[in-house]
Amino acid sequence: MIKRANTGHTAGSLSSVDILNVLYNRIMGVTPANFDAVARDHYIQSKGHSVEALYTVLADAGFYSAAELDTFSSGGSHWVGHPTRKVPGVEHNTGALGHGLSVAVGLALGMKKDGLPHRVFTLLGDGELAEGSNWEASMTAAHYKLDNLTVIVDRNDLQITGLTEEVMALEPLVDKFRAFGYAVREVNGNDIPELVEALEGVPFVPGKPSLLLAHTVKGRGVSFIENVASWHHHVPSDEEFRLALSELDQAEAALNGAHR
Amino acid sequence: MKLGRANLDEFGATVLALAEKDRDVLVVTSDSRGSGKLTPFGKALPDQIVEVGIAEQNLVGIAAGLTAAGKKVFAVSPACFLTARSLEQIKNDVCYSNWPVKLIGISAGVSYGALGSTHHSLHDFAVLRAIHNVTVVAPADNFETRAALTSALDYPAPVYIRLGKRPMYDLHEPDAHFEFGKAIVLRDGPDVTFVATGETVILALQAADKLAEEGIRCRVISMHTVKPLDEAALLAAARDSKALVTVEEHSVMGGLGGACAEVLLQAGVHVPFRIIGIPDEYTMTGSQEEIFRHYGITPEGLAQTAVGLLAVAAVD
Ligand SMILES: Cc1ncc(C[n+]2csc(CCOP(=O)(O)OP(=O)(O)O)c2C)c(N)n1
Ligand SMILES: [Mg+2]
Repeated sequence: MIKRANTGHTAGSLSSVDILNVLYNRIMGVTPANFDAVARDHYIQSKGHSVEALYTVLADAGFYSAAELDTFSSGGSHWVGHPTRKVPGVEHNTGALGHGLSVAVGLALGMKKDGLPHRVFTLLGDGELAEGSNWEASMTAAHYKLDNLTVIVDRNDLQITGLTEEVMALEPLVDKFRAFGYAVREVNGNDIPELVEALEGVPFVPGKPSLLLAHTVKGRGVSFIENVASWHHHVPSDEEFRLALSELDQAEAALNGAHR
Repeated sequence: MKLGRANLDEFGATVLALAEKDRDVLVVTSDSRGSGKLTPFGKALPDQIVEVGIAEQNLVGIAAGLTAAGKKVFAVSPACFLTARSLEQIKNDVCYSNWPVKLIGISAGVSYGALGSTHHSLHDFAVLRAIHNVTVVAPADNFETRAALTSALDYPAPVYIRLGKRPMYDLHEPDAHFEFGKAIVLRDGPDVTFVATGETVILALQAADKLAEEGIRCRVISMHTVKPLDEAALLAAARDSKALVTVEEHSVMGGLGGACAEVLLQAGVHVPFRIIGIPDEYTMTGSQEEIFRHYGITPEGLAQTAVGLLAVAAVD
């Protein structure tokens, strides 16, 4: 997608795709058939720039044909560089950071008012946490005891300029989230069994919003992209593209071997 | 005409040169130094760059505070976020409180193209025009960028300057005169006037070239300052021309075109008139070039608009 369009956010999509995979294939019961209903689980992607991961998982979930992905970022396509509701399966338009959590809080609160048992999940970047609106929304989530809300933070330690701790320090992050009223758990956010186990356990504490701090590797899966800040919105050259695909193919073959 | 660099690159180089001469010059960024072409600045003058993280409201408030402490502050963030997310900080902490912050809107208009509407700033002229005490500037080329930044440095009131990512042609002689609120006439002709701003000025000039081939002679005005508008230049053009077309990389509502209409109508000056910009609809998706083409913001499209208006003028 990114290679064809010559634009996109490579590294952040690779860090989040395992989380999305688990959400859509193991945790939430969202399908094209029930998408129009309020009474179902919901997902709002606050870190909208990792749109390639979302578009791919939605194609996989049957919301549209994978061929649509070939139109990514081309003239007239709905598959633009940040999620929009013109794309089937996308719940909310994002792209400006620091909006998703407030909307997720509103959605969770509305569902609580109607006594619905379904859950709301949202995904935030760690750099994104500098937006004050996240902390305003967090206060609201705890105040209304939204235990139907799970906030997942893609803790890859990087933002555009460099390390989060050098750009704008976040630590001690777990303490901050606890102080704002969340029940917090930490997992390896690129480990599928760990993600499944944690997300099957929400709410972590009844009466509290859940916060899953997912420790991930930005650029996960491609050796030369991993943990390199400049890959945030870098597009691979032909050679880099070939190398990346071969590394991913090898990883897939190894996984298939392990399962046999 | 010589192809220069992107106005953003010109910004990065100019602000570095200004800061090297004056330790009170600071840039404030919100994880935006890369897109703001300030990475060399950060390396050369690490004590003169203040990073606030991804927090644009914080950015503008901090810029106001630093200004109160006697600093000359360039607050640098994508135009889409700077003029929407931080609008209340701009209104109260900068404009109302009158701290002469230099607000730099990077990758403005539809520069971000296929990243979609969250990343477009098609509202910035309109909202800032409605806020008292801010000068609103859209430079057309590297010269205007340099001149606007230099003029803003010691300007006693807030200034907003919006910049794009695309390389721009040099439209001016190096010794041209630049002053906020004073339009620059780039070419003269009695038939049609194009009043353009920012990175659409070059398109108006190219449209004028096309029309010249058909014997239609145009005046082209670079209205680099959208507020305060150069009313005298506008009224003179309207009186001298058979038709007037405004051009901007902005919504057709509330921007340069709206500003011109307000002035013309209230002065009782009537001339066949069109506002060319992005219409009030779900913006077509695509690159900046594709979006421009879709909405007729091209030399061909502008020439066609002018010809259509001249036909109206002939009937009147
Ligand atoms: C309000 C807002 N400010 C700035 C940006 C530009 N931007 C896009 S991604 C990004 C860095 C995000 O870092 P992080 O949240 O850590 O995401 P990840 O590392 O997962 O990609 C920035 C500054 C934006 N999209 N929205
Ligand atoms: Mg990050």
